[in-house]
Amino acid sequence: MTGEPASRQPAPRREVVTGEPRRVRPLPRYRAQAEIEEQTALGDAYVRSLMRSQLRAGLTAFALLALVAGTLPLAFATLRDATAVWVVLGFAAYPLLTLLAWWYVRRAERNERDFARLVKGRPVP
Amino acid sequence: MSQSYTVTAVTVVVLATVLVGGFGLRISRTTSDFYVASRTVRPALNAAAISGEYLSAASFLGVAGLVLLHGPDMLWYPVGYTAGYLVLLIFVAAPLRRSGAYTLPDFAEGRLESRAVRRLVSVFVVGAGWLYLVPQLQGAGLTLKILTGAPDWFGGVLVALVVVVAVAAGGMRSITFVQAFQYWLKLTALLVPALFLLLAWQGDGRPRVDLDLTAAVVGRADHPLYATYGLIVATFLGTMGLPHVVVRFYTSPNGRAARRTTVIVLALIGAFYLLPPVYGALGRLYVPELPYGTDADAAVLLLPERAIGGLGGDLLGALVAGGAFAAFLSTASGLTMAVAGVLTQDVLPSRGVRHFRLATPLAMAVPLGGSLLVSGMPVADSVGMAFAVSASSFCPLLVLGIWWRRLTPPGAIAGLLLGGGLAFAATVITVSGAVRSGWPHALLAWPAVWSVPVGFLAMILVSLATRGRIPPGTNAAMTRFHLPEVLMSGSRKGSASVSAAGPGEGTGSGTGMGGAG
Repeated sequence: MTGEPASRQPAPRREVVTGEPRRVRPLPRYRAQAEIEEQTALGDAYVRSLMRSQLRAGLTAFALLALVAGTLPLAFATLRDATAVWVVLGFAAYPLLTLLAWWYVRRAERNERDFARLVKGRPVP
Repeated sequence: MSQSYTVTAVTVVVLATVLVGGFGLRISRTTSDFYVASRTVRPALNAAAISGEYLSAASFLGVAGLVLLHGPDMLWYPVGYTAGYLVLLIFVAAPLRRSGAYTLPDFAEGRLESRAVRRLVSVFVVGAGWLYLVPQLQGAGLTLKILTGAPDWFGGVLVALVVVVAVAAGGMRSITFVQAFQYWLKLTALLVPALFLLLAWQGDGRPRVDLDLTAAVVGRADHPLYATYGLIVATFLGTMGLPHVVVRFYTSPNGRAARRTTVIVLALIGAFYLLPPVYGALGRLYVPELPYGTDADAAVLLLPERAIGGLGGDLLGALVAGGAFAAFLSTASGLTMAVAGVLTQDVLPSRGVRHFRLATPLAMAVPLGGSLLVSGMPVADSVGMAFAVSASSFCPLLVLGIWWRRLTPPGAIAGLLLGGGLAFAATVITVSGAVRSGWPHALLAWPAVWSVPVGFLAMILVSLATRGRIPPGTNAAMTRFHLPEVLMSGSRKGSASVSAAGPGEGTGSGTGMGGAG
């Protein structure tokens, strides 16, 4: 699908396959799935709604991170308390970052489940 | 006497790397194995491999050295390295895996359908990779020099050789095993000596560690608060664009696994980063004469011998040295893998595993030369500059490319050149030492605060001005990036209409199909 091999090439070049083996996959079973694959206006609306919900989840997590990371240096500069810096940056930051990541993944996967349920709502007649 | 232990430890790490790599070579049969480990790496193994690759000389030696030298504000470095993975997870991880792009140039061409953008991104990837490789090789030279008295160049050359052999022989599948192994090695190599160091500190009557570090601290910047923000922006946003980080995501089986892998990575590198500050703080106590110049990077290496001494100190010191070598080897392998991949696809005339093997020494030769010519930068600082360049060029490209439908090729080019180019220029000026103090120095040494907004703005404004150039496949690409796997019904026209998605997303095309013809 990248185009024909150049005409002066004597034989088609040997292509090395790095992809997963092509499986025979079922045709879309649901109307919305077909709409998405045909890229109709309706299918496009479906994808946009998914992207919006995912972007909202991402921006929420990022806003929280940016808020904390943006204010902490100022707070440290005014407090002038080295022990606080050690405790927050040396220990507390890592579990909090992992928790935030875990929360985000749960929310993103829930968004995808909800979306899949929405799409599968109406089988192809 | 301690030298022989160190030599033994380093030799064991090098041999283990080659052996585990050789084990991978035996099962690395297909090209798919070679480049992407057949995309079957489970989250737990993949997360250990990603962490092993990511924890570089800057993390293993540099963080403790900087904390020792400049105080607790430097703890922003490890926090930033970790938070960078969170931002990567939030905006990039799953869509990037679903995009099917193997490298950043693949992503750029698949999304924007433009050869020009692809070429420009290739240049940046190779540049950032080289910028990041230099400190790894220098760190290796420093380690061997301090511990065994070997000449400066020896460590770097040794790492370069081992990496070229391991990468060229086994490719991604063997590297995955090597790096997972090296994560646990690095963790052990810092954890066990740290426990003994804390015991020794207890035994000494718990002398007070000067946490505040106001005395004898070498001035870091005229504007420390600005420098901290520059560091935060660069590391938080720069991680997602580092060449060796992006390549790894393609080895996950799907987008969902890519996300879960990233959470485990956060936990693993978070656990690791609890340790270097301990070395930094105890280093203040036991290795007080260090804080002048680059040698602060050596604090981790010297601490066991100074604080514990005797046979125990020697053995623990050897363990640390082995771990440090694992750090140089793993990060250098990942970077070399990524740079060689780009060189194979975009620079060398033909493709395939044989050419990849030819590209590997080439990918390593330039940074090796650089590391021998340029010296005297603290490891974590030079790594910080690679992050700044990445944050100002690849971060806008990835975030806007994944979430914004109006991105156009001219916009991407403008953003890459302005954001990444200015950050790179600032790096060059800083390294050359032309500007040494005041605001000009602060602005150039920590460019991310201004260069990231410049990159984003340039991409957005130029894209809006060139609306007619929005790639026709944009909607299909967005669907591919965001649609969950359960809803993909495979090779129908919807998913196949965007070509040049890198090496064979689902449809089994050539390794460098973006460049075919």
